[in-house]
Amino acid sequence: MKEHTKKKAILLLADGSLYEGFSIGKSGTSGGEICFNTGMTGYQEIYTDPSYYGQIIVNTTAHIGNYGVNDAEQESDKPKIKGLVVNDFTYQYSRSTATDGLNGYLEKNNTVGITDIDTRKLVRHIRMEGAMNAIISSEILDKNELMAELKKLPNMKSLELSSEVTVKEPYELGSGNTGLKIAVIDYGVKKSILKNFEIRNCHCKVFPARTSFGDMEAWKPDGYFLSNGPGDPAAMDYAVATVKELLGADNPIFGICLGNQILARAVNIDTFKMHHGHRGLNHPVKNLLTGLGEITSQNHGFAVSKESLEKSKDAELTHIDLNDNTVEGLRLNGKPAFSVQYHPESSPGPHDSTYLFDDFIQLIKENK
Amino acid sequence: MPKNPDIKSVLIIGSGPIIIGQACEFDYSGSQAARSLREEGIEVTLINSNPATIMTDPVTADNIYLKPLTKQSIKEILKKHKIDAVLPTMGGQTALNLAIDCEKAGIWDKFGVKMIGVDIGAIETTEDREKFRLKMNEIGVGVCQGETATSFLTGKEIAQEIGFPLVIRPSYTLGGYGGGFVDNADEFDKALNAGLQASPIHEVLIEQSILGWKEYELELLRDNAGNIIIICSIENFDPMGVHTGDSITVAPAMTLPDTVYQNMRDLAKRMMNAIGQFAGGCNVQFAVNPETDDIIGIEINPRVSRSSALASKATGYPIAKIAAKLAIGYNLDELKNQITKTTSAYFEPALDYVIVKVPRWNFDKFQGSDRKLGLQMKSVGEAMGIGRNFQEALQKACQSLEIKRNGLGADGRELRDQEAILYSLEHPSWNRLFHIYDAFKLGIPFKTIQNLTKIDDWFLHQIEDLINLEKKIEQFTLDTLPKDVLKEAKEKGYADRQIAHLLKCLESEVFAKRNDLGIKRVYKLVDTCAAEFEAQTPYYYSAFDEENESSSSDREKIIVLGSGPNRIGQGIEFDYSCVHGVLAAKECGYETIMINCNPETVSTDFDIADKLYFEPVFWEHIYDIILHEKPVGVIVQLGGQTALKLAEKLDRYGIKVIGTSYEALDLAEDRGRFSDLLKENKIPYPQYGTIDDAESAIELSKEIGFPLLVRPSYVLGGQSMKIVINEKELEQHVVNLIKDKQDGKILLDHFLEGAIEAEADAICDGKDVYIIGIMQHIEPAGIHSGDSYAVLPPYNLGDFVIRQIEEYTEKIALALKTVGLINIQFAIKDDKVYIIEANPRASRTVPFICKAYEEPYVNYATKVMLGKKKVKDFKFNPKKHGYAIKEPVFSFHKFPNVNKELGPEMKSTGESIYFIDDLMDDYFLEIYSERNLYLSR
Repeated sequence: MKEHTKKKAILLLADGSLYEGFSIGKSGTSGGEICFNTGMTGYQEIYTDPSYYGQIIVNTTAHIGNYGVNDAEQESDKPKIKGLVVNDFTYQYSRSTATDGLNGYLEKNNTVGITDIDTRKLVRHIRMEGAMNAIISSEILDKNELMAELKKLPNMKSLELSSEVTVKEPYELGSGNTGLKIAVIDYGVKKSILKNFEIRNCHCKVFPARTSFGDMEAWKPDGYFLSNGPGDPAAMDYAVATVKELLGADNPIFGICLGNQILARAVNIDTFKMHHGHRGLNHPVKNLLTGLGEITSQNHGFAVSKESLEKSKDAELTHIDLNDNTVEGLRLNGKPAFSVQYHPESSPGPHDSTYLFDDFIQLIKENK
Repeated sequence: MPKNPDIKSVLIIGSGPIIIGQACEFDYSGSQAARSLREEGIEVTLINSNPATIMTDPVTADNIYLKPLTKQSIKEILKKHKIDAVLPTMGGQTALNLAIDCEKAGIWDKFGVKMIGVDIGAIETTEDREKFRLKMNEIGVGVCQGETATSFLTGKEIAQEIGFPLVIRPSYTLGGYGGGFVDNADEFDKALNAGLQASPIHEVLIEQSILGWKEYELELLRDNAGNIIIICSIENFDPMGVHTGDSITVAPAMTLPDTVYQNMRDLAKRMMNAIGQFAGGCNVQFAVNPETDDIIGIEINPRVSRSSALASKATGYPIAKIAAKLAIGYNLDELKNQITKTTSAYFEPALDYVIVKVPRWNFDKFQGSDRKLGLQMKSVGEAMGIGRNFQEALQKACQSLEIKRNGLGADGRELRDQEAILYSLEHPSWNRLFHIYDAFKLGIPFKTIQNLTKIDDWFLHQIEDLINLEKKIEQFTLDTLPKDVLKEAKEKGYADRQIAHLLKCLESEVFAKRNDLGIKRVYKLVDTCAAEFEAQTPYYYSAFDEENESSSSDREKIIVLGSGPNRIGQGIEFDYSCVHGVLAAKECGYETIMINCNPETVSTDFDIADKLYFEPVFWEHIYDIILHEKPVGVIVQLGGQTALKLAEKLDRYGIKVIGTSYEALDLAEDRGRFSDLLKENKIPYPQYGTIDDAESAIELSKEIGFPLLVRPSYVLGGQSMKIVINEKELEQHVVNLIKDKQDGKILLDHFLEGAIEAEADAICDGKDVYIIGIMQHIEPAGIHSGDSYAVLPPYNLGDFVIRQIEEYTEKIALALKTVGLINIQFAIKDDKVYIIEANPRASRTVPFICKAYEEPYVNYATKVMLGKKKVKDFKFNPKKHGYAIKEPVFSFHKFPNVNKELGPEMKSTGESIYFIDDLMDDYFLEIYSERNLYLSR
């Protein structure tokens, strides 16, 4: 068995707390907003989810890399995170269908990481102090020097990031002309969302985030999908304006995550930056329309204001987080539009909520 | 839907005496369920024939029936109490079977009792292999190809159709009893016959063998609304082929990608929904093809199981407690997470650590038994290790086993015989894990090890990595060992003793070095949520990491040492005593700290002690906790021999042993000094002597005379004890003993043939002695006290004998300066009472006497130990009417070829209690008449 030479690396947080560990993936320096995910599976899906763009992910689960990577399990073309922090990293992975080991994959995709960190201490720190910027480096091991680098990082609040991850040109996928036509506005869409439309025989056209209402309408979609994505919805007036136009034309709309926040903002409901967000595969959500619960996959650092939603005459609360009572889903009054804050497409995570895709298709059919 | 207001009184059925496959995990589930229901203001009635349980204690239930688990007993209870509902899912297969019997007999209907937490149809679907297979086909869940046979001929036909290798699984048997793998037609006939016979309905399932596939278990909870959550995923280190109860298991699953795991989760939900509608716990087992990730369903258990107990301890999520609440109508979203107290119970625990469970076997007690592991469970207990990584958890689990190892490897006990290792890798027995380590150490190629074991590469790499680390360490001496290497070894779970072995130095030197370098244990919280939310529950494990979450309060603290994994001779009785010790110390105002590593126990429930350290009952771990917590003392006399053995070191390190001092404990174990003490007090004892080789044994035998009882000193449950009748036998046994254990003396006692045995338990405060009970054995001397029927109080000892027993008990207790409990065993011959041994600690019989007399003796004894009360402070009021009979229960059916003859070495796995009004009772007369069988030998 090959021994891996350990290269020292450090992780520095904006508040000055410093963690020492060893470099994994590409050696170098990389920074972003630090946040943690409590999922025990699905690291590759997490790293490649465009919603994590600009962030350093702390995996709370004890071991990472166990089953290598598989090209079929990417949520986009490559890792989108700015870095990863783990407790125990596996080089000797095990899976007969794996296409590579995680370390090789990270190296190949220029992703910087650090291992042998007391991730539990770090998570408790983030839980108490809130999300903040952080930086990983295996080159700059001097704290002050690294702090200077860290200071250059932008603040996630008021940051628009969809433009960085959205598709450059529209593209189509799905079953030709037979199915329903769904216009997907790509703020950083995950592949598995598109897969969920595909397996329901939909025909999707994925549009860049800044595509105008008119350009999309020209394709004559049956419904619009507002995707997930990174960044602060409050910095996305362009998207909100487009959605307002969609609503004006009474198009069926379904939004996920960032899409949920943009839909809310389109009817003047506020969003806010959470203390440290929800990221994991075990978040309980109650569907207030059915009274049933679902275990959901979540990844959000911003949320729709419950107070603002409750005051609004334009929308109602449909899904609530059972842990902290935050808004997890809403629907518009008198409009064929609904959205959820969590990820019904999962990947990673439980499949409890895939019914929402069926609901959307039903909604489109009812509107036809 | 909230709680069902119609349910005001619930009957919980226990699992009866401990047998292999059904152990004290059901004391944990039953007592959690009872407490959970009482919280809701529900009157709880409990039936269980096992007296050594917390569940049958007044602290747990309102009405307790220590009665045989029969329809008759159920009817008696239902006549006396208005019971609204019965909860049969907490007492294993035994409780379920009894509930079904009662259902078939119309008993529940007749008394208007609703069955909750279960669906009879579901049990039938899950227990009947053919129904299960059809149901799985119906819902599109893959299963093994197979068919059921009710006759020999159809069985043969099916085998021909499927081809070998095959598995035979008898219907309606416990723990896979009677089943097995068949590789070829030659073995088939015999195996088929055995299977048909083992099944009470003479039915077997003949299935395609999926030997070597990866094996997983999921623990589910569902409420009445249909919400389902997965509490825990458990991966078997040992692939398909070894019963899950005999497999090393790991949580969370280590080698499953999200795609495969989520498919499995979907299948589990679909399976649970398909078998029936009920609110409660469920366990589903799967096999995964390592090449293709294909998943097939193996079995589903619609009840709380052994794995649920493990999952509860592994995650912190109290499955039985929540399952009980779901059974009375609550929905998951209406309940709170019991650990955080602020978030919802409707969630799936996230772990930021790894747990490893290693089973504990007792093959040494079953001479002639087939030690190969297979479909039938053979282990008697288990230990769980929690660590920040797999290796640490694995080492801790191995340190917890008490099999004279210091962990996995690095103790000079490696097997170096290549042939033997290769055989063991392919034919798993209790020691395969150790042999995998040995194989790597010997340089056997990875591929060969993988081919023979079929264990997932990831696990094997983890063990291989340990060998690499050891090689690195061995290049250094204590002085030259770099800090980062020492730190790595500690992070990977190596005990100081193991490192000392590798460096050829002393354990204390390693300890000193790592402390000087600041490599210290910290304590992390088991919080169900990977630190996402603040947790309120003080459930800790240690790790070599940065942050310590366990802050030591300034209250006065008492540590209670638990009894470790269950084994024959040391089982649930000691957990009973530990729990009561903790509760009594709490009553005295102390902060209580429990240390134990047995996931099946009540003592490791997070709401028993003020603080729980789920750690090996192994010196290094205990000492670090003591250094961190600085308790006023440690209670060792409640946790059996495991805890007691640590008294010497505690004493040496200047840590107060609560109650009876270490000197007295040691004196009682030292035959020479103890006999001197007896002599001084004019108390008779059988003639004896100590020897250290066979030659001197023969010399001594001439002096003492045959028959002789031969045994090593410091033994548990009569381990390696034997009665010999001539020089040849004596020589053989002595040579055997020396072979196993070179150090230590061997004792020869004159064996009082045909004597009557009795034992007394007493509480002593150093001045006064109170005898809590005297039990008379039914079998004559020579049968281990744990294996004999015993009657409380004595049934035919004269006043003269009783007076001697009382007098000697008092004298010995005082002479040993006992503070706390003491158990003394007597042999009575010709009305003269001899002392066989004295154990100044809680014995196996204490819980029995507590139950029979309805008095909290362990509570009293603990208060005496702590110096808070004197014996005279208690108003003893034992409820004495009739007699209580202790019946030993054996698990011989698991070992068909084993010698079932009883002797001085204990073989029983459990016990039950049976009350009789007088000595004319038929049951008593029957067992009493069997006594003559022994006398006639």
